[in-house]
Amino acid sequence: MLPLSDVVHLAITGVAQGCAYGLIALGFVLIYKATEVVNFAHGEFMMLGAFAVLTLSEALGWGFWSSFLVGCMAIAVVGYIVDAQIMRRIIGESQASIFILTVAFGFIFRALAGMIFGWNARSVDAPFDGKLVVGDMIEINYDRLIIIMATVIFVIAIRLFFRRTRFGVAMQAASQNQLAAYYMGIPVKRLVSATWAIGAFIAAAAGALLAPVTQVDTTIGFLGIKALAGAIVGGFGSIYGALLGCILIGIIEPFADYFLPGIKGVSAYVVMLLVLFVRPEGLIPQTYQKKV
Amino acid sequence: MQFLFKTAYNDDIRFLAKTGEKVRVSIVVIFLLAAPLFLQDYYLAELGLLLVYAIAGIGLMLLTGHTGQVSFGHAGFLGIGAYAHSVLLTVGFPFLLSILTSTAIAGLVGMALGRSASKMHGFYLAIATLAFGILIETLFGEWSSVTGGHMGYAVPALQVFGVPLTEVWQQYYVDLLFALFVVVGAANLFRSPTGRSFVAVRDSELSARCLGVNVEWVKIQSFGISAAITGLAGALLAHHLTYLAPDVFGVLESLKLLLMIVVGGLGTILGAILGAIVISLLPVGLSFLKGALPPAIGQTAGLEPLLFGMIIVLVIVFEPAGLYGRWMKIRFFFETFPYYRKSSFVRQKSYLKTERMR
Repeated sequence: MLPLSDVVHLAITGVAQGCAYGLIALGFVLIYKATEVVNFAHGEFMMLGAFAVLTLSEALGWGFWSSFLVGCMAIAVVGYIVDAQIMRRIIGESQASIFILTVAFGFIFRALAGMIFGWNARSVDAPFDGKLVVGDMIEINYDRLIIIMATVIFVIAIRLFFRRTRFGVAMQAASQNQLAAYYMGIPVKRLVSATWAIGAFIAAAAGALLAPVTQVDTTIGFLGIKALAGAIVGGFGSIYGALLGCILIGIIEPFADYFLPGIKGVSAYVVMLLVLFVRPEGLIPQTYQKKV
Repeated sequence: MQFLFKTAYNDDIRFLAKTGEKVRVSIVVIFLLAAPLFLQDYYLAELGLLLVYAIAGIGLMLLTGHTGQVSFGHAGFLGIGAYAHSVLLTVGFPFLLSILTSTAIAGLVGMALGRSASKMHGFYLAIATLAFGILIETLFGEWSSVTGGHMGYAVPALQVFGVPLTEVWQQYYVDLLFALFVVVGAANLFRSPTGRSFVAVRDSELSARCLGVNVEWVKIQSFGISAAITGLAGALLAHHLTYLAPDVFGVLESLKLLLMIVVGGLGTILGAILGAIVISLLPVGLSFLKGALPPAIGQTAGLEPLLFGMIIVLVIVFEPAGLYGRWMKIRFFFETFPYYRKSSFVRQKSYLKTERMR
């Protein structure tokens, strides 16, 4: 058995990792709720965000936070354009086509990022070094702590946005019934694109915040698939469900890697399949059976 | 314009109703049968590989194109077929028994997956199958006592009834035999109640249920048949690869299969075959393009995935029905010659189809 301090340490790392997944999943869920499109290129938005922030701070010598803001905004614009120019055209096509389309975007983004930023892994100087130590058990690096904090901030901000602003309420309406929202005079097309922009912004922020923890290269987008697995464990219909699932996956992963080295790296998918076998809609379901 | 006058009940379910179709299909079959006479070994081997991919494509097409269930993990079934066939051959099974057993194994695994997948829908299914594909790949890597792990597994030579078939043309005919069998079998399936119920489930689960279709069982059947056909393709593929490694059957291969049927055109057998042709020609075209471009652009790393992605995006955005849809339009143009109008195939305004309410 593990000593208790190691258990606590693994658990804290797990929560931080889970929050990172959760931050990515947030964007997935937003875009899914608005358009019922699962954006398989979401991890690539995250990768692009990390690269953008990195490049801005390195090439232009900006501080971390200003390049963070500008970089994330740039990716949000990319997200807006992707929806307005491409995704909008194929509304109503079969799901398989749409999945494949977003996967293809992943390919394009990865290739472009490799061509522009280079294929080698790069590391980022974090403005937040050191670690927080509480008692003799709990210690957590600041770069991980900041991910947890960012997750909490984003969740609260999104909740307020959807509950309190006109824009947010209109988005909810559009996601519940596009046609009805359209009849009510809501500019559904622009709202959907704006949702993509917000999703891309959050993904880019996740990428930039994760950059100090992991290295930045073109393959970090694959983290998005794990975030997707986490979101599915929790249930894709709600932000809290997705977040819960991601944190669950984040905690299970380090322990599974320790005790079952045979499935190192794929334990998230094992957990997801097990959950789906028992509860096909995730832990917190969101679909309704239509009655005739 | 050609009118079909039906004079017998069989006219409704005939494979090839029109004269043009009969002529075209016979030309293709004769070409395929005669190919070893005039094709060099290299091209013949490529043609054989194309046929194998066409089989795998038809397998996936059954599931995704006709039943509407997306699978991101079909390379897993390809792998199951390939590994099962190779291991059985090594143990000493004769070729036919081994290929049948491995097809059955893949089919059973598919039915097991379909059993749980029948309750999921939309992208839950996509992710679950993706995870299935990843796990199967991991299994091939970790279960090294049987599969040889990452060291790879040598496939025994092709031998039917004790006769070694080592020449390229002999292997080609084996592939062709199975490909024709699968094409006819799939076409036959879609004029049977089972196949019709697949399409009914794709078009509307609710209506299908109202018409007395057992939706869960249809999905399980579809998964099983699809996995079996893909497993058969995997077993044939093993002889082309001659050396199996787990990463051959990874997520990228699944995506390649899915790309094949989407580019070819969802919901048609011809689409799967067209897709297989595209997949086989794509690397050739890309390398040709690389040579044609100035070296500064042509030699950049990552050009291939970029073009790969762009082709998919362009096809899906501008021709959602795939190559089959384009072929339909061309054919329609000639069949109705002076009457074709730009508005003949205008896309209708479409709205979001929600999956949250089922």
